[in-house]
Amino acid sequence: MSIKNANRKTYYESIIESGYSRRDFMKFTTYMAAFMGLESSMVGQVVKAMETKKRIPVIWEHFQECTGCSESFIRSDHPLVADLILENISLDYSDTLMAASGHNAEEAKQESMKENYGNYILVVEGAIPMKDDGVYCTIAGRSAIDILKESAAGAAAIITFGSCSAWGGIQAAYPNPTGSVPVDAIIKDKPIIRVPGCPPIGEVMTGVIMHYATFGVLPQLDSLGRPKQFYAKRVHDSCYRRPYFDAGLFAESFDSQEAKDGHCLYKLGCRGPVTYNACGTMGWNNGVSFPIKSGYPCIGCSEPDFWDNSPFTERLENVPGMGIEATADKIGKIVVGAAIGGAVIHSIATNIAKKKELREAEECGEENEKNIKA
Amino acid sequence: MAVTTFNFKRIYVWELPVRLFHWVTAFSTTILVITGFIIANPPAISANVEATNSFWFGYVRAIHFITAYILIANLIFRIYWAFAGNQFANWRNFIPYTKKGIYNIIHVLKVDIFLMEDKEHKLHNISIGHNYLAAFSYFIMTLFFILQVMTGLSLIADTSSWWLPDMFKWVSTMFGGDITTRYIHHILTWIFMAFVVIHVYLVLFHDYVEARGEASAMISGFKFIRAERVKETEEEIIDKAKQQMWEGNKKPAKKKPKKK
Repeated sequence: MSIKNANRKTYYESIIESGYSRRDFMKFTTYMAAFMGLESSMVGQVVKAMETKKRIPVIWEHFQECTGCSESFIRSDHPLVADLILENISLDYSDTLMAASGHNAEEAKQESMKENYGNYILVVEGAIPMKDDGVYCTIAGRSAIDILKESAAGAAAIITFGSCSAWGGIQAAYPNPTGSVPVDAIIKDKPIIRVPGCPPIGEVMTGVIMHYATFGVLPQLDSLGRPKQFYAKRVHDSCYRRPYFDAGLFAESFDSQEAKDGHCLYKLGCRGPVTYNACGTMGWNNGVSFPIKSGYPCIGCSEPDFWDNSPFTERLENVPGMGIEATADKIGKIVVGAAIGGAVIHSIATNIAKKKELREAEECGEENEKNIKA
Repeated sequence: MAVTTFNFKRIYVWELPVRLFHWVTAFSTTILVITGFIIANPPAISANVEATNSFWFGYVRAIHFITAYILIANLIFRIYWAFAGNQFANWRNFIPYTKKGIYNIIHVLKVDIFLMEDKEHKLHNISIGHNYLAAFSYFIMTLFFILQVMTGLSLIADTSSWWLPDMFKWVSTMFGGDITTRYIHHILTWIFMAFVVIHVYLVLFHDYVEARGEASAMISGFKFIRAERVKETEEEIIDKAKQQMWEGNKKPAKKKPKKK
């Protein structure tokens, strides 16, 4: 465990030192440039940046979470994707991945933060509980709020890795017993890049850091603060089952022949049409698969509040705060039914209440009818 | 029976653009509700076909989007017509900001909704165009329509290359993502359906009770109001005078042959 970063290496140097060939490096850069949505002519620029720029230090904080995001990250498909950042992390600080522990680790973090003040990227995994002074998540005797504020102070930018730090996550689900909030509820003065997902795709974080290293600026974000390179498209729009959707071929239940034939999972509650992520194009486990490909509908894990929109296997989610069975359609049927019922009752009441008026009009008309001249 | 029949005069209330707007709205809303529900819960009408050879669900969505654009254009036109049209189409009818409007709403609630007896029949209590309560409900529905259009456009913003839907992407952000936005879009559909029920019923109610062409007015453009409410034209005044003179002169002559 070394924390001496005074002569920090370039990305290229560290990759070659780790035993990769230049060919591996070129393959990796091309591959990442493609993921970042860059044109092939830009590969040269990325390569140059990787060769000349010093590695950006990364501090990785873990708060209220399941560590699934780290799991996803260390299993990202290209070995260099993880190495590139993990080596940095093992150098600096990551609760779950670093070799050191206890006071040594904490000291190392402090030192690294001091040395790279204003230059490091802070990765936050997990939400921050606010209730009861944040006692529901403490590390080394300090609350998550405290630690976050401290490590965010010197960060150049913050990447909220995973839905917990981006939106609050499962622990923020109704009724949110620990008062969990996402990072942007606490830190207001730093650029925050949301990389949501439960877990998110590992390459996305590598992509963001490489973009920052190459161009010196953070990538363009969408309206919810997610990098557009990876979150501009719906899962639905890059889904290989999309032709079944347009053809109206849907699986009605999980064990049906249609499900086996790979028909669209829309009617099984697939949130693909409302979820922005790169699952359909990048995939997981070396691009082998993603949930829909494995026959399970998307649950919209990169969208805010996805956890409160259960049941996941039904098209219509429950109306929040209206009880378990109150779907929009049920309420709608009651409202329209009430309107029809009201109309029927009102029409009967009209005939009773306006009896005199109606009869007068009728008599009058009848009399006129008798006196028709021509 | 000594019941008097009143004289009614024909008034041009709904101009052609208003009627066209009404029926385009009715037509497109119907299509949008039907296609909307198909999109929300598609029926299993095809199986055992290759996806290559079928595109019906894609067409349903296309119809939904095209009809939505027709509705949008229609709405924009009607907002223009609220300034350009006649007094019954004017925007002032739709927001009860005057004493008269509030008084009218109370009257309509009493007499038409709670069916209380109208103790004093006052001519001006019968609205010629919309009554203020109905008009206010159309104003609320217009707001719902605008919200529906905005949520709809924000949902297709990312798959559209046109600037119009792109302009509404912020709506989805405001509601915290597409999940909630889609949900609002879905709930509003039910509100439109409930509105149609109430609207059609109340038109029938007015036609039944008042019998002055409430329902057919949206086809012909005409409604009938008591003759006293219309100023007499010069011609009519002259005619009347002539007739009086005529009758005055002929009175004795007329009566005699009648008695024989």
